[in-house]
Amino acid sequence: MTGVAIVGAAEAHMGLALPGLSASDVMADAALQALADAGLTPADVDGVFASSTQLPWATVNLADDLRIVPRYTDSTMIGGSSPMAHVNHARAAIAAGLCDVALIAYGSTQRSVGRATASVQEVDPWEAPYRPVLPVGAYALATARHMHQYGTTPEQLAEVAVSARRWAQGNPDAWSRDDLTVADVLAAPRVCDPLGVRDCCLVTDGGAAIVITSEARARTLRRPPVFVLGAAEAHSHRHITAMPDLTVTSAVISGERAFAEAGLTPADVDSAQLYDAFTITPILFLEDLGFCAKGDGGPFVLDGRIGPDGELPVNTTGGGLSYAHPGMNGLPLLVEAVRRVRHHGDDVALAHGNGGPLSSQATVLLGSEAAAEERPRAAKARSRRGDSATAGAGRHRRAFAAGRSAR
Amino acid sequence: MERSPADVYAEHCRQRELAYQVDLDGRPIFRPRVGYDTWRISAGRGTVYSTSVVRPRNGTPYGVVLIDLDEGFRMMSRVVGVAPEDVTIGLRVRLAWEDGDGPEAPPLPVFEVDA
Repeated sequence: MTGVAIVGAAEAHMGLALPGLSASDVMADAALQALADAGLTPADVDGVFASSTQLPWATVNLADDLRIVPRYTDSTMIGGSSPMAHVNHARAAIAAGLCDVALIAYGSTQRSVGRATASVQEVDPWEAPYRPVLPVGAYALATARHMHQYGTTPEQLAEVAVSARRWAQGNPDAWSRDDLTVADVLAAPRVCDPLGVRDCCLVTDGGAAIVITSEARARTLRRPPVFVLGAAEAHSHRHITAMPDLTVTSAVISGERAFAEAGLTPADVDSAQLYDAFTITPILFLEDLGFCAKGDGGPFVLDGRIGPDGELPVNTTGGGLSYAHPGMNGLPLLVEAVRRVRHHGDDVALAHGNGGPLSSQATVLLGSEAAAEERPRAAKARSRRGDSATAGAGRHRRAFAAGRSAR
Repeated sequence: MERSPADVYAEHCRQRELAYQVDLDGRPIFRPRVGYDTWRISAGRGTVYSTSVVRPRNGTPYGVVLIDLDEGFRMMSRVVGVAPEDVTIGLRVRLAWEDGDGPEAPPLPVFEVDA
């Protein structure tokens, strides 16, 4: 496939939007800033990618706001992992000649207007009579199962929140920057056992956007390109009752495919943005993406390993837990992965999105010029080892197939 | 299709039967889906797969569980007759019924501890 790169990236109104701004306004502001970052204008954009719980016609809003008539649009909605899917779809569209400059954007005013209006949950009639509070209740069930099966502790979960807070304390734009200890997290009011309020992400406004084009065009623009080394998506269920195994997400599939395409392994990753809707999710994704074995995610995050002084920087803005969480938080994670490559010397930055009650997973690997140059060598090494793009994923896919048959 | 899967399921509930579908290989399916016409009745014995206590800001805490039925399908439900905090993963349970929510609603399958 034609290689693509991210050439512009921006966030806007993360936290609280100015009074009077709509979700579409927030999205458009982020889009304009990302285009300016790339040295482009709306007139250069011929592909538009967007989705939002607040804007069912998000691509149409975006094109109208920018006063453009795009050749190609895609409003794929898979919750918080949508923007990672949009990256995957944008490069396919660019490779197919359907567009040249793809704009991916998102905006939310969920704090200003309230979650009840901004993020209406699709009701499953088979779950509704038992009054689960969603999405937190679904994540609570997954957390309880993980604790039961692998001995994951409340302290380990709390460590995820504390690490996020320590990153946020280095981010002047972060919503929550007060000191936070493991004891604070454990003492916070419970929402759905075993999750308390400090195990849950923030509810904020905010928008973000990125601009993607072919590697050839990217090299002509003002910013050093941030290369898309790999991208993949998978989803396994809509509602939590149908999730085959509550301790294993389809990130095993998206991660395996993205790493195989890039010719990389988790050991090559310099930083990881792992969707942190709740403290359990980075633990699940560390396991499912292969940073540690299944069940070892709890011990993995101890001793500040994913914090500012740790060996694996995770959610380096403070993430959804402490920086901002505007409803669907995938795009801010991609923007931060771009920043990591541009400003922090990362050669490989991972951004992983999650949508619904652990339903949809999408993984994007971004890289520096140096990492992009390594690709042919990585591919050769892979073929020498006899790996295939699907070798490791096969076992997990079979597990999913087996689980699926019983649901 | 003559009747919706939801309709068939609800009619079984009115008979106090927990019905589930099977595929062509006899493997159980739940929730009821279009495309499967073979129904079976569960014996109503199962195990708590996961459990959570919902703690509303203003209101009484209550439990939500996922039950793995012995036939091999999973459903959301609640365990009655015991404090929600005392419902643990692995607990053996058996089917019970509560009145539906409103005069039109069929009885609702819930579970009690299988002593």
